Amino acid sequence: MFGDFFSRALVAGVGLAAVTGPLGCFVVWRRMAYFGDTMAHSALLGVALSILLSVNVTLGVFAVAALVAGALLLLQKQNTLSTDALLGILSHSSLAVGLVIVGFLTQVRIDLMGFLFGDILAVSVEDIAIIYGGGIAILAILVLNWRPLLAATVSPELAEAEGLRPEVSRIILMLLMASVIAIAMKLVGVLLITSLLIIPAATARRLSATPEMMAAVAAVLGGLSVVGGLFGSRTWDTASGPSIVVMALALFLLSLVVPTARLFGRSDHYGT
Amino acid sequence: MHDYRQREPLITLAGAGVRSGGRVLVEGVDLSISRGEIVTLIGPNGSGKSTTAKMVTGVLRPSMGTVTRKPGLTIGYVPQKLAIDWTLPLTVERLMTLTGRFSSAEIGEALEAVGAAHLRKAAVQELSGGEFQRVLFARAMIRKPDLLVLDEPVQGVDFSGEVALYQLIRQIRDKTQAGILMISHDLHVVMAETDTVICLNGHVCCRGTPNAVKTSPEYLRLFGDRAGSALAIYEHHHDHEHHEDGCVVGAHGEHEHSHGHQHQHGEHGHVR
Repeated sequence: MFGDFFSRALVAGVGLAAVTGPLGCFVVWRRMAYFGDTMAHSALLGVALSILLSVNVTLGVFAVAALVAGALLLLQKQNTLSTDALLGILSHSSLAVGLVIVGFLTQVRIDLMGFLFGDILAVSVEDIAIIYGGGIAILAILVLNWRPLLAATVSPELAEAEGLRPEVSRIILMLLMASVIAIAMKLVGVLLITSLLIIPAATARRLSATPEMMAAVAAVLGGLSVVGGLFGSRTWDTASGPSIVVMALALFLLSLVVPTARLFGRSDHYGT
Repeated sequence: MHDYRQREPLITLAGAGVRSGGRVLVEGVDLSISRGEIVTLIGPNGSGKSTTAKMVTGVLRPSMGTVTRKPGLTIGYVPQKLAIDWTLPLTVERLMTLTGRFSSAEIGEALEAVGAAHLRKAAVQELSGGEFQRVLFARAMIRKPDLLVLDEPVQGVDFSGEVALYQLIRQIRDKTQAGILMISHDLHVVMAETDTVICLNGHVCCRGTPNAVKTSPEYLRLFGDRAGSALAIYEHHHDHEHHEDGCVVGAHGEHEHSHGHQHQHGEHGHVR
């Protein structure tokens, strides 16, 4: 079934969506969307540094994304600039530094567009192995730590008072996000990774009554976006990564029409 | 009536205090809580009530003095404010197992005990302030805690709800014999069943039974110097009378700001 590039893309994309759905729920619940974006943008710096130092690109991207997340945690403790200003600085400067370093790497040909927007149709069997191996590991960590992660999301103070360790939960989530970015980059590119985390989760919200259900629904919706997007891109000859995101958006818009949520409108404070 | 004085204390703070960023939040706190005992902390904003409660729950380590817990102490915590974002789908039933695993029968029992059995399937975002508070009590009690920490448990609840919550706290104490540490949101109101009132103002400024504190010169000097703002003791038989005595709203709103104490910003942190 891995014979042609199209089925490889389908298998890889569905595998990735199974991970980004549940993890994306935490991104939405904890309002980490911009944070995720920042980590994703730093992935390009990871690529550039990996090539410069000739280390494995996936590992390099993971390390840089984790470092950027750590840097943000430290800067937040300084209590100087607001978090969104810090995120803006880290996000765009890591992207810019990455692009500048890529410019210096004249001896290797780098497909910049591939890194920015992904090339899911170029996925190899080896890439699929990385996605499924890494994906299963990420899901296993998520499942094993589900209760403390969720409790820390609802109220860090309550979790800590009752003997859990919300600070550890936060670090686990950051490392999982760095891992997802590292394995997803090749498929959808650094500019579109966060959409696979956020859009299916946001769509799942209106269709779910419990956090666990939302995680499962988000995984399924992410898979549908991949399948729909890939077939759409084959039919209309459009770019595959963006087509997946457009399909996810279509599902989100569709979910707004579904008259499920009597809760709708009780959302309190959005923004920041 | 209660023989807790002969019992081993669940927790003892001796000369405990917290210093943060070169500033002393609270110091010299001595307190102990035994089974069946109710201790109430009162004091103006920034007087160290929350900091003291956080030393009890273990969220904050004392930077001065000691905190001694009975080995294996289980704490149930009812936070002051718990804003659950609309993006997180959470039923009452699911909230009950936030920090631990409990059977369906245990969940039913805990909700029954606070008169919230009918809310089991409801989404937490749909509850009224009083209902949500009851559910949070049930959530804390399902752990069968030795010590229950209540941070301003009746804040934001209307008057009849307030009466009912005080009654519930009394029932919980009588039935489970848990020790209770309560932070009062109002300088001038404590529950009649309180065994010890501790009046904080950066340090312990007076302590004793509600009646003793009511007439203590320190209390009157610090907090009772506004017309009619004597300590009201909240007895369920005489609710109205005491409401009129205790809630001198106009007077104490101004009063809390009149001592020139620094306010503790970030005391109730945001969830990102």
